[in-house]
Amino acid sequence: MTVLLVALGAAIGAPLRYLSDRAIQARQDSVFPWGTFTVNVVGSLLLGFLIGLPVDSALTALLGTGFCGALTTYSTFSYETLKLARSGARLLAVANAVGSVLAGLGAAYVGLLLAQAL
Amino acid sequence: MDPDVDLHVPAQRRELRKHPGVVLAAIAAGGVIGALARYGVATAWSHDPAAFSWSIWTVNVSGCFLIGVLMVLIARRFSRQSLIRPFFGVGILGGYTTFSTSVVDVQQAAEHGAPGTALLYLATTLVGALVAVWAGTALTELVVRER
Repeated sequence: MTVLLVALGAAIGAPLRYLSDRAIQARQDSVFPWGTFTVNVVGSLLLGFLIGLPVDSALTALLGTGFCGALTTYSTFSYETLKLARSGARLLAVANAVGSVLAGLGAAYVGLLLAQAL
Repeated sequence: MDPDVDLHVPAQRRELRKHPGVVLAAIAAGGVIGALARYGVATAWSHDPAAFSWSIWTVNVSGCFLIGVLMVLIARRFSRQSLIRPFFGVGILGGYTTFSTSVVDVQQAAEHGAPGTALLYLATTLVGALVAVWAGTALTELVVRER
């Protein structure tokens, strides 16, 4: 059962990452990977919120492991950082690496505090 | 080229309008496979909240190495197969690796009285991921060039 919930969450999370990335890129023309940055921060906020509630194991599997897990990505984030560095935009590469991690961590804390305030 | 999508690349800009169902289904199917693999590793190799999360560390670093390999292979060998990137890159590796669990692991370790472990995990995941993606591309470039 848990496996099915993880699968269902991922089946929604992964395409949603792709569609969000497209929608964000279509609205601005920057070399900075705002699409991946945004899904990673939003996913971290949501996961922090779920951990803070806390929810039962079925919802954790569906929304946490499945949905947030597949919505957010480390592979695309690291590749985009490498691509920025290789294109000569070293400062943007560092900004993306450090900024994503700090923003993600901050978002997870905000989510956690929001859940605890409820 | 980008593992998820780069609208500057004409073929990637067009792919959703041309075959929306196929592209989204490939991403969803890949995402399910990747997430289940991650779930399998995390379940088999569970950890205490205050301890270093070796399972997610390994998932993320290995996934970053593999995206490096994949992106070079797509550029050099499979540039015409339009579903390879959506299925393997966006889906499988995107679903396998996770950013949210990685930062929540940091927060949980700090919360459970292990700020040193939290910081070490945060830094080694980031550095490990960047070294791995670089190594994946560099090694694959070498192999592809020699053949």
